[in-house]
Amino acid sequence: MLALNQITITYENRTILNNASLNIAHSEVVSLVGPSGSGKTTLLRVIAGLEAPTTGEVLIDGKSVNGVPTHKRNVGLVFQDNQLFPHLSVAENIAYSLQIGRQSKAIQLTKVNEMLSLVGMEGTAHREITHLSGGEAKRVAVARALVANPYILLLDEPLTGLDAELRDRLLDDMSNLLRARGTTVVHVTHDHNEAIRFSDRVVDVRTLGQSGVQLQ
Amino acid sequence: MAQETSFLSAHPIYGQSARWLWIAPTAFFIFMLVLPTSQIIKHGVTLDGFFHVLSNPSVRKALWFTLWQSIASTALTVILALPATYVLSRFRFTGSRALHTLITVPFLLPTVVVGAAFLAFLPSSLHYTAIALIIAHAYFNLTVVVRIVGARWEQLHPGVEQVARTLGASPLVAFRTVTLPLLRTALTTSCAVIGLFAFTSYGIVRTIGGPSRSTIETEIYTRGVLIGDMPGALALSVLQMICLTTVLWWWAKRHPHKPIKALLNVERTTPSTSRQRVLVYGTALVTAVFVAAPLIALFWRSIERDAPGSSTFTFSGWSAVTSDVTLSSITTSIQFALCSTVIATVLGLCVALGVAYGSRRYIWLERISILPLTVSAVTIGLGILITFDTPPYDFRSSWIITPLAHSLVALPLVVRILLPVVQQIPTGLQSVASTLGASPLQTWLTVDRPLIARACGAAAAISFAISVGEFGATSFLTRRGSETLPVTIARLLSRPGDALRNQAYALCVVLVVVSVIAIFIVDLLRPNGKVN
Repeated sequence: MLALNQITITYENRTILNNASLNIAHSEVVSLVGPSGSGKTTLLRVIAGLEAPTTGEVLIDGKSVNGVPTHKRNVGLVFQDNQLFPHLSVAENIAYSLQIGRQSKAIQLTKVNEMLSLVGMEGTAHREITHLSGGEAKRVAVARALVANPYILLLDEPLTGLDAELRDRLLDDMSNLLRARGTTVVHVTHDHNEAIRFSDRVVDVRTLGQSGVQLQ
Repeated sequence: MAQETSFLSAHPIYGQSARWLWIAPTAFFIFMLVLPTSQIIKHGVTLDGFFHVLSNPSVRKALWFTLWQSIASTALTVILALPATYVLSRFRFTGSRALHTLITVPFLLPTVVVGAAFLAFLPSSLHYTAIALIIAHAYFNLTVVVRIVGARWEQLHPGVEQVARTLGASPLVAFRTVTLPLLRTALTTSCAVIGLFAFTSYGIVRTIGGPSRSTIETEIYTRGVLIGDMPGALALSVLQMICLTTVLWWWAKRHPHKPIKALLNVERTTPSTSRQRVLVYGTALVTAVFVAAPLIALFWRSIERDAPGSSTFTFSGWSAVTSDVTLSSITTSIQFALCSTVIATVLGLCVALGVAYGSRRYIWLERISILPLTVSAVTIGLGILITFDTPPYDFRSSWIITPLAHSLVALPLVVRILLPVVQQIPTGLQSVASTLGASPLQTWLTVDRPLIARACGAAAAISFAISVGEFGATSFLTRRGSETLPVTIARLLSRPGDALRNQAYALCVVLVVVSVIAIFIVDLLRPNGKVN
């Protein structure tokens, strides 16, 4: 479903990724692990179209999407620090993609409520983003990405900065939710335990290159 | 209660001494601002006066022109400044700091020089037109957008826009639905500032607007000085104060300070793709040319003289710079500027130290220090003229009154530069010095003074630049034999003849050089946000 074909990324004369290749099947949940600076987040940004690879191809369902702009890729991305829109309420954040897609108010309302109940945030539709706790903000970010029905969901260190108890709870909730929806997920973390608990397959980003080249 | 005591308590080391710091600035504000404005209100608030001015077609025309040109100037400034704001706040590139400083130059140039620069730069068919005036206002105010909106844009994480892109928004839609709403407060603030500047603009209007493009400010001057209609001038001043106060009140009510949680510490990136490089360097080049071209034209026109069928070059304009009359106005300007620099810096320091070290009850000092911004320089000049006109308080012919007026105009900026720096000095440093045996004075001299010296230098440089270029109040207070450079330039430009124009442009170049040196010093001494 998603294939990365010999992706190389160089930035200011520094090679971030070298000939990285990876295949991910439909509904598969894959965790990319590796130390800081190993190119995990860069790879997610390349898949989302936020950065162009220096060489190589990103293929979705066998078709190259290298020239396809981000907003036409239908790839959801949950940032490490959520990047919720601070000027919009919880409901407005979640409804953003529906509004952009000119969905009717009734559909927006239904889908927002559906998402809020899915992530366990009922009754918070009109709350301001700045009043949310870390865990609540993360749930809203996931709901906002899922409501757009993305082909692939990219999670960039989604549990960083949360306390241990909340991490455990959120990890289970997210895992159950995404599996129930059959969403294809690429999850980035530097925590091996989190990766093992969350995903079907764990891939060390440093082994993505040909012949085991160190990708730094 | 304990909290309240702590909130209101004075500085542990300087609290006692700081109790007296409010006296000098307060006396100054009463003498230079409260008395003159209350005199204007006293004599200007009459039904007859209002009826007299509002029934006059030329005043109604000036009112309408003031309003629409300020709206148009604001719109054009935002349109011209946004691309530069974007590249400066998002990208790190060679020359970005120089471009930032270059964009600041027009704002610190004397307004008469800005007007003259556009007279030199634009074709004569555009002289004394509304278009020329609006472009000159946009030129002058570019930095307002770059600084206010840029500061917000720098804090805006690119991730917010990128999320919108992953949710299906095109770059334009993401900008409209995410970036623009997040910049709205900064944008509206800068629009309000530009609108107010354009509304109260005087020097630029007098120079490039010409007699047919009158605004409230120039109408006050015309009535108060040229045709001797003092009741009309006073009524117009009151009318303008009412307009400004209403706008500021509406503004404060409609836009209460409600910060959106900022996403701080966003690193600016170097342009990485060829498209980004074209965008960044193209925008930087166009902006730099727009800022520099009128100044280059000023120099060019100081040596070029139109002749039938061609143009010739002459240095007669520059030779005239050394004439007795011109040298006298240069000397006067420098004397006034030095004097007002000392007054504004000392008083600004008193306000900053009083607010920072004194009890929080003295916060009103900071608030009244902003007041001169809400009264136009022309109103200040007119107020002083009608207040100190009776012996033994007839100071109209006293040389000190002009530097005092200049200090009043500069004081809000001086306080804005000094106060944050003084407030950032950790109390711990002073406490340590005190425990090591230093008296409060020794502590101040050895700890605080070195830390605020740079900011004092920057404040002094900005007061100097403001005084050298001040034109609004000066045009009311100037007397024969004590003309300042901007007044001389305006006089030369208002008379026909190429020789006089060459001379005026040469004097403008002198003022540009002085202002640029002052800006350079300010930039060099600019506090970097941290007390190191």
